[in-house]
Amino acid sequence: MTRLRTIFVTPAAVLMLVTIVVPAAIICVYSVLSRGAYGGVELPWTIENYGRLIDPLYGGIFVRSVGLAAAATALCILLGFPLALFIAQSGARRNLYLSLVILPFWTSFLIRLYAWMFLLRDTGLINTGLQSLGLIHQPLPLLYNTGAVLLGLVYGFLPFAVLPIYATLERLDKSLLEAAADLGARPLAVLTRVTLPLCAPGIGAAAILVFVPSLGTYITSDLLGGSKTILIGNLVQNQFTTARDWPFVAAISIVLMIVAVMLMFAVRRRGEELL
Amino acid sequence: MKRGLEVYAIAIYAFLHLPLLILAIFSVNASRFTAWQGFSLHWYQAMFADRDLLESAGNSLAIAVASTALSTVIGTLAAYALWRRASNWLAGGLYLSLVTPEIVTGVSLLALFQWAFRYVDFRLGMHTVILAHVSFSIAYVVVVVLARLRGFDPALEEAAQDLGATEFTAFRRVTLPYLAPAVAAAAMLAFTISIDDYVITSLVAGVDSQTLPMVIYAMARRGVSPVLNAVSTTIVVLLGTLVLLSERLRRA
Amino acid sequence: MEDILELRGLSKQFATHRAVHEVSLAVERGAFFSLLGPSGCGKTTTLRLIAGFEMPTSGEIWLNGTRIDALPPFRRSVNTVFQSYALFPHLTVLGNVEFGLRHAPAADAEQRVRRVLEQVQMADKRSRKPSELSGGERQRVALARALVLAPDVLLLDEPLSALDPQLRKQVRAELKALQRQTGVTFLFVTHDQEEALALSDRIAVMRGGEVEQAGTPQELYQKPRTRFVASFLGEMNWVDGIGIRPECVRVSLDGFLNARPGRVAHTTFLGPHRHFTIQLQGGELVTAQTAAAVTFAIGETVQVSWDAADELRFSS
Repeated sequence: MTRLRTIFVTPAAVLMLVTIVVPAAIICVYSVLSRGAYGGVELPWTIENYGRLIDPLYGGIFVRSVGLAAAATALCILLGFPLALFIAQSGARRNLYLSLVILPFWTSFLIRLYAWMFLLRDTGLINTGLQSLGLIHQPLPLLYNTGAVLLGLVYGFLPFAVLPIYATLERLDKSLLEAAADLGARPLAVLTRVTLPLCAPGIGAAAILVFVPSLGTYITSDLLGGSKTILIGNLVQNQFTTARDWPFVAAISIVLMIVAVMLMFAVRRRGEELL
Repeated sequence: MKRGLEVYAIAIYAFLHLPLLILAIFSVNASRFTAWQGFSLHWYQAMFADRDLLESAGNSLAIAVASTALSTVIGTLAAYALWRRASNWLAGGLYLSLVTPEIVTGVSLLALFQWAFRYVDFRLGMHTVILAHVSFSIAYVVVVVLARLRGFDPALEEAAQDLGATEFTAFRRVTLPYLAPAVAAAAMLAFTISIDDYVITSLVAGVDSQTLPMVIYAMARRGVSPVLNAVSTTIVVLLGTLVLLSERLRRA
Repeated sequence: MEDILELRGLSKQFATHRAVHEVSLAVERGAFFSLLGPSGCGKTTTLRLIAGFEMPTSGEIWLNGTRIDALPPFRRSVNTVFQSYALFPHLTVLGNVEFGLRHAPAADAEQRVRRVLEQVQMADKRSRKPSELSGGERQRVALARALVLAPDVLLLDEPLSALDPQLRKQVRAELKALQRQTGVTFLFVTHDQEEALALSDRIAVMRGGEVEQAGTPQELYQKPRTRFVASFLGEMNWVDGIGIRPECVRVSLDGFLNARPGRVAHTTFLGPHRHFTIQLQGGELVTAQTAAAVTFAIGETVQVSWDAADELRFSS
């Protein structure tokens, strides 16, 4: 009876083994080797690559990346929750509203970032608009700074936050909300005492879906941050192409993966599965 | 509170959609500057005249078709297997692939390929890109198909077997037709993910195969250009239509 | 005895159908009042109108001398026991029961909670979560949660329908005892006529959004005013347009005046008594209730009769 199941599951399992498990193992090994003369890896074994991660030279990068990812996550949840609430309460048109959220998300992250480049640059729409209205005389430096990167992250990942929260809200038993009102709770109290606590799994899923990719973001900071904002992703790219330092890159990757796995367990234990 | 939410929703939707709409408007601006100087399609003409652009678009299309076909099949079968009996390992691995930053996935795949190429006479190229795309698309396919399976009554398959069908026949004649909309939706999703991917592709593509995102990225880094506006608008419209179709199917 | 709850010409129109039409009722303080009817008759909608989850299209609702039909649910002094119990899964039994007191603080809150938990016999399970409770236990928590707020009227939406038949009789008795003990006015919605007859002081039978008849269980059973009420409560035979209850039908081998001959078509053993289905010469089927020991064979010819006084006639 389960023979079919075994056959069906094999291709995916093999693929995962080859493309996730094996590479992870390789990276693990690389991270404790030394940098080779021509950019490869060679003995001796060392843990100095991990040591470099707490080097003050790179420390700033990690702190900034974590801070930015945390800020993006917080903003996405704060902005996303009311929208998810709106869609869940919209009755017949919820499919339409959901599509409107999903649509920008799937149409090319790269292009959406470019759209903000177009808007924020010195000769872009926002600056020329403000100038022609006489509100400013010099263009505001809206692009190529940390703020622009944060904007790009929130813009990019907001749908990732809305969807899991909406999924939890939709599955909420409406009679619980009626019961709360029946027992004397005003609408705001119903929200804080019943809806929000029961939404916790969705919010947790949203948090991890925004935080981890934000932590490792590369193109957002490259396009919107200019050379001023170096995050973990840029560091990896840097060390990769110019320094060809595989062991260091591997060490950073392992740390990022560990962070992702830890957060994943923290969220999944309390909540429902996305899969 | 309801009115407040409505106003808020309008604001957020504006935030999400206006930048792309503005880009689309300016893609038909005759002037290359922000000032409006009349309607013109010559940026689109320039776009079609750019050979590198067209070649990379062709590459992206080929890669997307191949990786979509593979990931949809593998992902659908995996989703069905997971539905029959949960597997923490498989589910966890798929979730991990969803959540891992792209740069980590790209770096580790590159490490895999470079290590493998010491023993096999291969180089980076379209095939490595396709493999990479299949690997990260599967999780999305599984999510979509599994969601549809959650609404399926297992008794239907049992009934089919009771009437003489083998396990596989029951799957093929009862479950698969039910899954068809979700599978189609998942395929379109996998397609859009593949077309759009930059980070992982750029790491594993090698020198011969340029994909569309890679070309777009290079252009974007050089700064804003009206041809890029035209390219962007075209892609957004095409992918957007595909995604809308996919959503329509998923809810059929 | 004054009326604590009064519905005056209450109507609710939905986009597709008319759920409640010109319903007028009066519920006495301290009574166990049931709304009885088949599904779709409007009884649940009426309950929801009283609770405040729906707004009436027209009509008035008066509670304790105040008009409440325009108030939101959290302002009305009625509380509901939902069909699914709607216990908050993230709170313990204690947390659930205390919930409403947060918005209506009382000096003796702690005491009240303790007392009501003892009344429903859930005091020793106060720190359990709803998922750890059985169906019957969850129902008791739902009751406690509503009663602790001392509402003017307690609304119960088919609270016994989710329980096993075995449990239902027992819980039914506990419910009646609880109502007597607390003295709270209960408004009980059900489609089970046996339940309504057993529990209620007064019943309103509803059909198609309207009240067909309201009265004591005895009145409704013995003096139904419409065919529908007659058929809905208990069993009913219809012969030549006249209604007669099975327990009023006499079956014997000898005939006498007014007896009609027939053949036994079917017999059902019900434990304490027996039912015989007899086919009369005109083709009509009549069910008679007898003592369990009575035996007639299938196909046997018997004589069926009843007292004229037991006949129920209706104009329509």
